[in-house]
Amino acid sequence: MGDAEMVTQDGMDGRFGAFGGRYVPETLVPALDELERALEAALADPAFDAELSSMLTHYVGRPSALCDAPRFSAHVGAPVWLKREDLNHTGAHKINNALAQALLALRMGKRRIIAETGAGQHGVATATVCARLGLECVVYMGEEDMRRQRLNVYRMRLMGATVVPVTAGTRTLKDATTEAIRDWVTTCPTSHYIIGSVVGPAPYPRMVREFQAIIGREARTQMLERAGRLPRAVVACVGGGSNAMGIFHAFRNDAQVELVGVEAAGHGLDSGAHSASLLRGTPGVLHGSLSYLLQDASGQVHPAHSISAGLDYPGVGPEHAYLKDAGRATYVAVTDAEALEGFALLGRLEGIIPALETAHAVAWIAAQRGRWAADEPVLLCVSGRGDKDVAQVSEPGAGSA
Amino acid sequence: MLTDRFSALRAGGRRALVCYATAGHPDPVRSIALWQGLEEAGADVLEVGVPFSDPMADGPVIQASSQAALAHGVTLDGALALVARARLGIPVVLFSYLNPLLAAGPDVLRRAADAGVHGVLVTDLPVGSDPEREAWLGDGPLAFVRLVAPTTPQERMAEIARHGRGFVYLISRLGVTGVSAQLPSDLPDTIARLRAVCALPICVGFGVSRPEQARAIGAHADGVVVGSAIVRAADASVDEAVSLARALRAGLDGADA
Ligand SMILES: Cc1ncc(COP(=O)(O)O)c(C=O)c1O
Repeated sequence: MGDAEMVTQDGMDGRFGAFGGRYVPETLVPALDELERALEAALADPAFDAELSSMLTHYVGRPSALCDAPRFSAHVGAPVWLKREDLNHTGAHKINNALAQALLALRMGKRRIIAETGAGQHGVATATVCARLGLECVVYMGEEDMRRQRLNVYRMRLMGATVVPVTAGTRTLKDATTEAIRDWVTTCPTSHYIIGSVVGPAPYPRMVREFQAIIGREARTQMLERAGRLPRAVVACVGGGSNAMGIFHAFRNDAQVELVGVEAAGHGLDSGAHSASLLRGTPGVLHGSLSYLLQDASGQVHPAHSISAGLDYPGVGPEHAYLKDAGRATYVAVTDAEALEGFALLGRLEGIIPALETAHAVAWIAAQRGRWAADEPVLLCVSGRGDKDVAQVSEPGAGSA
Repeated sequence: MLTDRFSALRAGGRRALVCYATAGHPDPVRSIALWQGLEEAGADVLEVGVPFSDPMADGPVIQASSQAALAHGVTLDGALALVARARLGIPVVLFSYLNPLLAAGPDVLRRAADAGVHGVLVTDLPVGSDPEREAWLGDGPLAFVRLVAPTTPQERMAEIARHGRGFVYLISRLGVTGVSAQLPSDLPDTIARLRAVCALPICVGFGVSRPEQARAIGAHADGVVVGSAIVRAADASVDEAVSLARALRAGLDGADA
């Protein structure tokens, strides 16, 4: 795929091919226009870059390590390299975006922050940066996810955030996002909504990708230094798709690099209980953008399922929909049971317990023995650490969750 | 038919009472009785809400009505069937999120018109957001009613007014649908700003629940839209919702006195 072609699909007009857009109540249109202007100004301002870079270095702990994985590599039959977003402050990639958006909110003079969260990682990251910057923070979280991720609820409250339980619908990420949008429609002149993934109305998908693209920029340089070549494949889990877009973006024009996104197959792709929007969804509009969506014939959104709260979402970022249709990225899926094996496998072989979200990508790679030659490196985005999931996984019957 | 209705009201110096009800709420049979009762009580336009699983612009009352309707199996097709069966004498405007309309396919506008629908209003398709789909809605057999928010700058109000048909729906306040104790104090200013750039009738909705609020709005706007208050009353009984519409009608007509 040529450079020029990718650039025209870069989301500058709010669209990625046929996907994306801004399907929101009229009330939010001026707020999104304001955000877009503030984003352009910030991206062009060296002072913004300097402040963000400094905080990423000293507060978040970037650059994150690129780590070899000898025993896991032997298991796979190809050298696997781990991009360690789990080592960031708060334990996931989410803080890259939360920090940048919070700094942007300050530039806009908005001191009240709204966020939605599924696994709680984005909520924790947002609560963290709000504490650091002295901003008010309100996090919407589905009741079901509050149960699955009790520790993260405690962490958010400890840092002064208000966590609002959402009891509508499936009580998971989808409903938390809907509720966060309702708050923003009511408070947009004074509040900024920090969306946690590459979803939502324009300019969010492009903005969140920009703020997560540091993952791939660092990893590409680190691969050239450490492995002496580009990876054969880059693999990441896909919920909304922010860690995947973040690591994919720097490799988009490296035609020889395969980009693989791993969705959650839940109880199985044909079970009706999964979160594989790209593999099993159809184009539709949810939360402000057009993308692949799990829905029924009448356009009602179909509840997603995944053992992992961070992947349990019926939509997906519009840029992934575009990359899928353009054939630039490949999407696959891994079941709950396989993800639990991946969770244990990386701990046993490398001493790294990944987040259940990441465990999907681990499990897919683990099952690919023979796919890559012994000298073809594979780059895995370890989007987060698994501490938050240990309690859930250790519960009796976790395998059938 | 929408235009005729508003011309007649204007000629008579009266304000429009626009009543919202979710199709299939409280259940399909009572839904029809409710609409017919609202017409009898003096509603000028009926807005029929299309049930949707994820109504991000709606507050708790309309969300719950949407869930109840879905539990009765009423989706867009069901809503159209109910409209056809109700045989109303007042214009009907579909109030929908975009996704159910997209899922229903390109011929849905024709099917809606055949069922007796006159207009369509889409909560999450603001002016300029998707020219292709806006043209589909605007060039079809239904009047494509557009929304203005309190946050909309006046230049954009003018653009929205140019694209609108039937009437312009002015959202009275920031936020989702639901009843409010008080109307925003700057509402008359907002109406005046819109009026200066808009030739279409202006109907104000969101938060209106009481006759005196309808009367206050009627002093500035061409009509009021009442949604959550009617849905909430219909949760109790159809009669209660119809009595509320009657009281609102009286309040609104008092605006001219
Ligand atoms: C560790 C981790 N990885 C991945 C995800 C999924 O989000 P995304 O697809 O946006 O990276 C989450 C979401 O909560 C997460 O916490």
